[in-house]
Amino acid sequence: MAHHIVPLKTNLITLLSLVGLTIITVLTAKFVDLGDYNLLLAMFIACIKASIVLGWFMHLKYDGMMNRTIALCGVAFLLLFVGFSYIDLFFR
Amino acid sequence: MSTAKVDRRVEHSHHFSSMEQEHEAGKQGVWLFMATEIMMFGGLFVGYFIYRFKFHDMYIAGGDSLDWTLGALNTLVLLFSSFTMAQAVTETMKGNNAKALKLVYFTTACALIFMVVKYFEYSAKIDHGLFPGFDMWNPDMEYIKSKIRDVALLNNVDPANLRLFFVLYFAMTGLHGIHIVIGVGLMIWLMKRLKNNEFSPKYYTAVEGVGLYWHIVDIIWIFLFPLMYLI
Repeated sequence: MAHHIVPLKTNLITLLSLVGLTIITVLTAKFVDLGDYNLLLAMFIACIKASIVLGWFMHLKYDGMMNRTIALCGVAFLLLFVGFSYIDLFFR
Repeated sequence: MSTAKVDRRVEHSHHFSSMEQEHEAGKQGVWLFMATEIMMFGGLFVGYFIYRFKFHDMYIAGGDSLDWTLGALNTLVLLFSSFTMAQAVTETMKGNNAKALKLVYFTTACALIFMVVKYFEYSAKIDHGLFPGFDMWNPDMEYIKSKIRDVALLNNVDPANLRLFFVLYFAMTGLHGIHIVIGVGLMIWLMKRLKNNEFSPKYYTAVEGVGLYWHIVDIIWIFLFPLMYLI
C-alpha cells in the first residue's frame, strides 16, 4: 500500500464540513419541529459525519480493503444487535 | 542519571518481512480494537434506543434539562482536536516531528477543555440531585420544569423513571470521558516520543494508531451529542 499523505487543505475541508453539519444538526433539532422525524434526521446527519471522519480523518478512503472490512464488521454486528432488539420490542 | 531510551526504528522487527508489513500489521491491530470499541459503545446505544422507545417523554425531560450550548461547545472542541490530530499524522508522515508535537499539544489542550466543560456540566447535575447513584438521587423537579420545552410532557414522567435517563447519560458520557482521559495519557506518550524525534516517514505507526483512537472517540461524541442534548 502506498503511504498517502493527506494534505492540510483536505484536513481543513473535512473539519469545515463537520462543523457545518454540526450547525445543521443543532438548527434542525432545535428550531424545526418534525415530530418523531427529528430523531431520524439527527441520526442521518450523524451517520454522514461519522462516515466523513472514517473516510478522511481515519484514512479509510486511502486504505486497503482489510481495514474497511474490519470497520464495517463492527458496524454490521451493531446493526444486527439493534435490528433483533427492535424486532423483539415491536413483535413480542 | 539514566539517559532516556530512544526508539528510532530504521529496520523492521525480525518476525516481519518489511517495515511496510510491520506497519500494516500494527495498524490492522488498532482497527480491530476500533471495531470492539464500536460494539462496546453500541451496546449502550442499543439500551438508549430501547428505553427511548418505551419512555419517550422521560427522555425529553432529561434531555431538555441538559445544557445543549455546552454540548455544542464540546462538539466543536472535539472536532477541532480531531483536525489537529489528523494534521499531526500528516506532519509525522512528512518526517516533521517538531510540527507534529505542536499539533499534539493543541489536541491535548482541546481534550482538557472538553473535560473542564464536562466538570461544570456534571457538577450542575449533581447540585440538582440528578446523579443516579451513591444515594445522591433527589431530583429537583422545579429545575426540570424550568428547562423542559413543554411542561405538559412532565405529566407522563415518573421521577423514578427519569432516573433511567440519567443512568444512561452518566454511563455513556462517563465512559466517553474515560476514553478522553486515556487519550490524554496516549498524547503524553506521543509528546515524549516526538520530542525525541523518534518518528520518520518510514516509521510513524504509534502516531497513526493514537490518531485512529482519537477519531473513534470523536465519532462516539458525534452520536452522543444529538441523542443526549438535542432530541
